[in-house]
Amino acid sequence: MSELKSGSNLEKVLKAGHFAFTGECGPPKGANVEHLKEKIAPLKGMVDAVNVTDNQTAVVRMSSWAASTIMCQEGVEPNFQMVCRDRNRLAIQSDILGVYAMGIRNMLCLSGDHQRFGNHPQSKNVYDIDSMQLIALVKQMRDEGTFMNGEAIDVPPRLFIGAASNPFADPFEFRVYRLAKKIEAGADFIQTQCIYNMEKFRQFIKRAVDMGLHEKCYILAGVTPMKSVGMATYMAKQVPGMDVPDSLIQRLRGAGKGKVAEEGIQFALEQIEEFKDMEGVAGVHLMAIEWEHRVPEIAERAGVLPRPVV
Amino acid sequence: MIVADRKPLKEILEMLKGYNRILVVGCKGCVSVCNVGGSKEVGILASILKIAGKKNGLNLKVDEKTLERQCDPEYVDLLKDMVDDYDVILSMACGVGPQFLSERYPESRCLPAVNTTFFGGAVQHGVWSERCAGCGTCVIHFFDGMCPIARCSKSLLNGPCGGSADGKCEISKDVDCIWDMIVRKKMEQGRLDDLLKFMPAKDWTTARDGGPRKSVREELVQ
Ligand code: SF4
Ligand code: SF4
Repeated sequence: MSELKSGSNLEKVLKAGHFAFTGECGPPKGANVEHLKEKIAPLKGMVDAVNVTDNQTAVVRMSSWAASTIMCQEGVEPNFQMVCRDRNRLAIQSDILGVYAMGIRNMLCLSGDHQRFGNHPQSKNVYDIDSMQLIALVKQMRDEGTFMNGEAIDVPPRLFIGAASNPFADPFEFRVYRLAKKIEAGADFIQTQCIYNMEKFRQFIKRAVDMGLHEKCYILAGVTPMKSVGMATYMAKQVPGMDVPDSLIQRLRGAGKGKVAEEGIQFALEQIEEFKDMEGVAGVHLMAIEWEHRVPEIAERAGVLPRPVV
Repeated sequence: MIVADRKPLKEILEMLKGYNRILVVGCKGCVSVCNVGGSKEVGILASILKIAGKKNGLNLKVDEKTLERQCDPEYVDLLKDMVDDYDVILSMACGVGPQFLSERYPESRCLPAVNTTFFGGAVQHGVWSERCAGCGTCVIHFFDGMCPIARCSKSLLNGPCGGSADGKCEISKDVDCIWDMIVRKKMEQGRLDDLLKFMPAKDWTTARDGGPRKSVREELVQ
């Protein structure tokens, strides 16, 4: 990891050895630019980059590339997310060129939630390529300067390539190998699924460290503060591949009326504290879902401010 | 085999509106095996149509005929002396049937009575499950004979997505995650290395994406 691959802020922060702190922002369900700007504003200076989700949970929203562009204009660095569900390889490659042309420097490659979860379950399921192939494609475009078909690109896109890893999906034993495969395919950084089962995550990261994966790639631990007991039980039961231990649900319940959100934040802060010293973890990815305005407070209390300027 | 389900009666009646002489044509191929369009089902549908007609004060002429196959001109030909006696031919074969009938009898109206769903087989009595999507370039030798193209909800080629839980696919607890099965089998048999190899993007030109397909066996073409 000698030269900069993209020159993004996130890349520089990680490369300089700082503990990274990234955020997340879902584009609006409409063309409400003002609303988007309101969500972006509290994140400024609080995080190194902000993931801009791509029709997350298969619900139609403003396109991730357009919202990422607006984010750039607002002075916040986006981490443009792209899922394989909605585009074939033509659209994927042209969007990659497009975002790079608009100044976007980080890209997170994902399979995407199946459209059956979303608000257009009738739609066609594209999956021309999968997330692994998407990672390899972005790398090929950047490092070899060619399209998937081998043709030369006139000014290749230089992107910092991200991928996701869910240590809690099944089969558990395979997950670290899938992570290794994503790194091999070209991922420069990894953001994990929201972590609640710390014990399981410790096992996972230990295996990743044993395999030397943390030396080949930056691994950011995913944190989403629980806002309510309802949210915790929903995640535990309804979200496939999410592991929310009973003990956490009990802890939130025990917090008592009006204090659950604070308890959720408290748990997240404890997690962040542990991640700071955990071997193999290069930072935290804070997914404060529809809670962007609480990010400054969480960042402050987590002791990750001010963010490094590199 | 090709698996199908009978269309809802309401839809069939809607498409038959205005026709009084109906020939219901079954097929002894796949649709017989999956109990949707063989002679037995043809008989049942014909009676239902007659009863429905009576209810509406119509005296429908509904006849039955089940062919060896509807995807073969040789058998489709056997209807040639009958078709003129009917206003409509209702095919109970897969989607191929009504099309072969239409092509052979351009003067007749040929309609489908079933929804053709997938290529699969019976996993238990009365239950059929998808196995192949006819992609035109079979790759299941890489996956111990299990097909992620047809059976993974996202047709992933490089391992299970983050939604796989307890052996089930993220889309429903009623759908098995084929990747869970592939990974477990490879691990049990000590061949996990197979799955660490990068599978490049698939060439979909041989699938439906490349346009309607045709198979020519030169030695058989006269
Ligand atoms: S790889 Fe293609 S041909 Fe083979 S079983 Fe799957 S869909 Fe069918
Ligand atoms: S859960 Fe399994 S079958 Fe379903 S989309 Fe993911 S990998 Fe494919």
